[in-house]
Amino acid sequence: MFAPIEPPANRWVQAWSGRRRWPLVSAAGGIAAAALVLLPLTFLVVEAQHSGWSELRHLLLRHSVAVLLWNTVRLALACTLLCAVLGVGAAWLVERTALPARRLWAVALVLPLGVPDFVVGFGWVSIDPALHGYLAAVMIMTLSLYPLVYLPVAGALAHVDAGLEEAARSLGLGPWQAFRKVTLRQVWPALLGGCLLVALALLAEYGAFEIVQYRTFTVEIFTEFKLGFDTVAACALSLVLVLLSVAALGGELKLAGTGRSWRAGPGAHRRATPVALGRWSAPALGGLAALVGLALGVPVGSLIYWMARGSSTTLPGTSILAAAAHTAEYSAAAAALATALAVPVTALAIRHRNRLTLLIERLAYLPMALPGLVVALGLVSFTEHYAFPLYQSSLELVVAYAILFLPLAIVGVRSAMGRTSPHLEEMGRSLGCRPATVWRRVTLPLIAPGLAAAFALVFIFTATELTATLLLRPTGVNTLATQFWAYTSEFSYGAAAPYAALMVAVSAVPAYLLSRRMTAPARGEQTR
Amino acid sequence: MSRLSVKELWKGYAGTAVLQGVDLEVPAGSLTAVLGLSGCGKTTLLRVIAGFERAQRGELSLGGVTLDDGRSYLVPERRSVGYVPQEGALFPHLSVADNVGFGLSRSERRTKTVAGLLEMVGIAPLARRLPHELSGGEQQRVALARTLARHPQALLLDEPFSSLDASLRTRLREEIHTLLRAQGVTTVLVTHDQEEALSLADSVAVLRDGRIIQQGTPADLYERPVDERLARFLGAVTLLDARFENGVAHTTLGPLRLRGEPQPAGAGTGAVMLRPEQLEVRARENDSVEDQAGEAGGVGRAVAGAAGVGGHVEQCRYYGHDALLYIRPEGQADAQLLLARVHGKQALPVGTRVTVAAHGPATALDSSGGQIS
Repeated sequence: MFAPIEPPANRWVQAWSGRRRWPLVSAAGGIAAAALVLLPLTFLVVEAQHSGWSELRHLLLRHSVAVLLWNTVRLALACTLLCAVLGVGAAWLVERTALPARRLWAVALVLPLGVPDFVVGFGWVSIDPALHGYLAAVMIMTLSLYPLVYLPVAGALAHVDAGLEEAARSLGLGPWQAFRKVTLRQVWPALLGGCLLVALALLAEYGAFEIVQYRTFTVEIFTEFKLGFDTVAACALSLVLVLLSVAALGGELKLAGTGRSWRAGPGAHRRATPVALGRWSAPALGGLAALVGLALGVPVGSLIYWMARGSSTTLPGTSILAAAAHTAEYSAAAAALATALAVPVTALAIRHRNRLTLLIERLAYLPMALPGLVVALGLVSFTEHYAFPLYQSSLELVVAYAILFLPLAIVGVRSAMGRTSPHLEEMGRSLGCRPATVWRRVTLPLIAPGLAAAFALVFIFTATELTATLLLRPTGVNTLATQFWAYTSEFSYGAAAPYAALMVAVSAVPAYLLSRRMTAPARGEQTR
Repeated sequence: MSRLSVKELWKGYAGTAVLQGVDLEVPAGSLTAVLGLSGCGKTTLLRVIAGFERAQRGELSLGGVTLDDGRSYLVPERRSVGYVPQEGALFPHLSVADNVGFGLSRSERRTKTVAGLLEMVGIAPLARRLPHELSGGEQQRVALARTLARHPQALLLDEPFSSLDASLRTRLREEIHTLLRAQGVTTVLVTHDQEEALSLADSVAVLRDGRIIQQGTPADLYERPVDERLARFLGAVTLLDARFENGVAHTTLGPLRLRGEPQPAGAGTGAVMLRPEQLEVRARENDSVEDQAGEAGGVGRAVAGAAGVGGHVEQCRYYGHDALLYIRPEGQADAQLLLARVHGKQALPVGTRVTVAAHGPATALDSSGGQIS
């Protein structure tokens, strides 16, 4: 007998075993993506500490900064809480009760996601100019953001095994207790994830708050930079904003803790029997109707109203066709770039999993916590000092979009690539194809739907992006969002409305698809 | 036809050695089964042979060509090794015909080759279907046709039947066996099913803890396993304490001839193994339980030669074609149960008093259960 001794192995060779050529391409792409993501943040720090620490302290430890902090935090807390309540309530009604027209509600409740926040703000303020301040901001943001909680929670509720709840009931828990102790525990991660998205969106929002004249960090930073021409102050404040986003991320991680949901064993999975609402049907329907009416009806209604009133503007503007063309060009370029960057990042993380590739993937998700304004400012400070020819160029704007929406692209690509078994690629090799041929004949056709989804998502989010666009667009170029913004600032609501209507039309598509995908029957049942 | 040879093969991941010096010889044109429990390294071994993983040490060659020696390595597409994975791994975006033609050149695809292959595995009418429209057995057939299309020198089958239900498994097993025989391709079949290994293979290699602990013909393995653990893995056994004397084991069932060499030298004590087929059972007449004896009496035959010991049936496992009797010997409360296989028609009710006799030869075993190295 002899003790098993592990022969010396070169870990590097092992990690890249048999696929030595493609990882080079992937690695280059992945590192480029990570570098791009880190670029704005790095130059934000460089710019902020240019002025020295004492100046920085002076900038940040002001009474006005404390007020901004208070404004931002109390808004984030109130909105997140309200979104959680509305989102969970609506999700429960749609997924777990015998509500009439469930499918219709499932779509209607998600559609407000297709209306950009600043368009919602515009919708409300244009019919009631007196609307402003904290309460207006809370109401508008809650109405535009609650779908971010509703969607994941409804998805989770639909997939919670009814058997668990029944087991809890058979162990002596009442229906409410069973919901609280079992079902809510199962959807807890989805709920927290949704709340995190709401909080991050609130921190990043500029347009809607500007419309209702509510000053948060993002609004202040924008003003400092665009009107005060104070890059240093803007960058310093941006760092606080980044810290707030990181705090939101940390809070979510801490609350989620070990409460991730899992299922033991592969047993059968059943949907719960819908709860009969009885005499509560009417109030439930009324509540949902009010929610959808306020969140979707008011902004869309006011857009229609202003379009009917016709345009009355003295402002010189880009024609809607030209603006749409610019928007489409930028969006397509940004979507292509983001998708192209997402592929190597995902390929590395899934197929060549090690500490380095996981770090690259995590970094690529970082822009989730970076408000568009912060990315834009970082790029401005980089190009101003080190690449001036790129300053306010189309390329800079496209790169900013690509960084900002890289996480969306990764989500799309990852879901497709994750479902593609590496065994298929191995089979391709085993059947005599070189790695590049396997990529073309096996991998690419399999992930193509994911690439298309990633492209579409980034395209749509880019088309409705306002904050970074206002900062980075080349002089004289207007997109749908910026032209809308220019008209709104001049109270030319009639002229602004068609631009908003076009943006809503574009972004309603993914909102609709999202809601459809969620209510669609689970895959896996084969048709024979 | 090419011989596949694996010598002293090592492969591990992140500090765990999975394969610890595997030696395996697959004669040209034969079907060799690699038998082992899940997690013993069977799939890793196939993946190294196919070229999806690199060996850390050792030598792997096919038809005299070195595929991997721990330093240089031939990429999968340059080896003439076909691989049929457990779940088939059909390309979900390609039709059955396109899957089968995947490894062929464009001109080969255009000729009748693909249709011929589909015909060969019996799924010609399904050519235009997509993989998700096929049943498990049909998917396996496509996977096999796709691999055979390239006329590999060696074929690797990774538990190809394990996901199929029992009746289909038996049928497909037989069909594929016949097909591979006709093709004469050198085949390695990996399985955890000892029945599958024994019934299909020319040679069976047992993989345990990353090493081949025994390789031989099915009968070799069944009758002369290297240790008790393997003996039990391959089928039911009765272990008896024995005193050895001049090639004869003296046991509670009487003196038994010992099988083959090496025999424990001279005198000594140890354990011998008997398969249930070696025990003959006879219901005892003049029994106090008269109705049972009457029923079974006509069935029991006189055991020729051997005197046998008395006992009663404690359990009876009925399988239809045969039955396994667990017999408690008389007067030895702590003795091991004797396992005897009888014809299905001869299953005896629990409690029947019986006489048990053994037919040699018996196999001496290292009763510690440890591995003989």
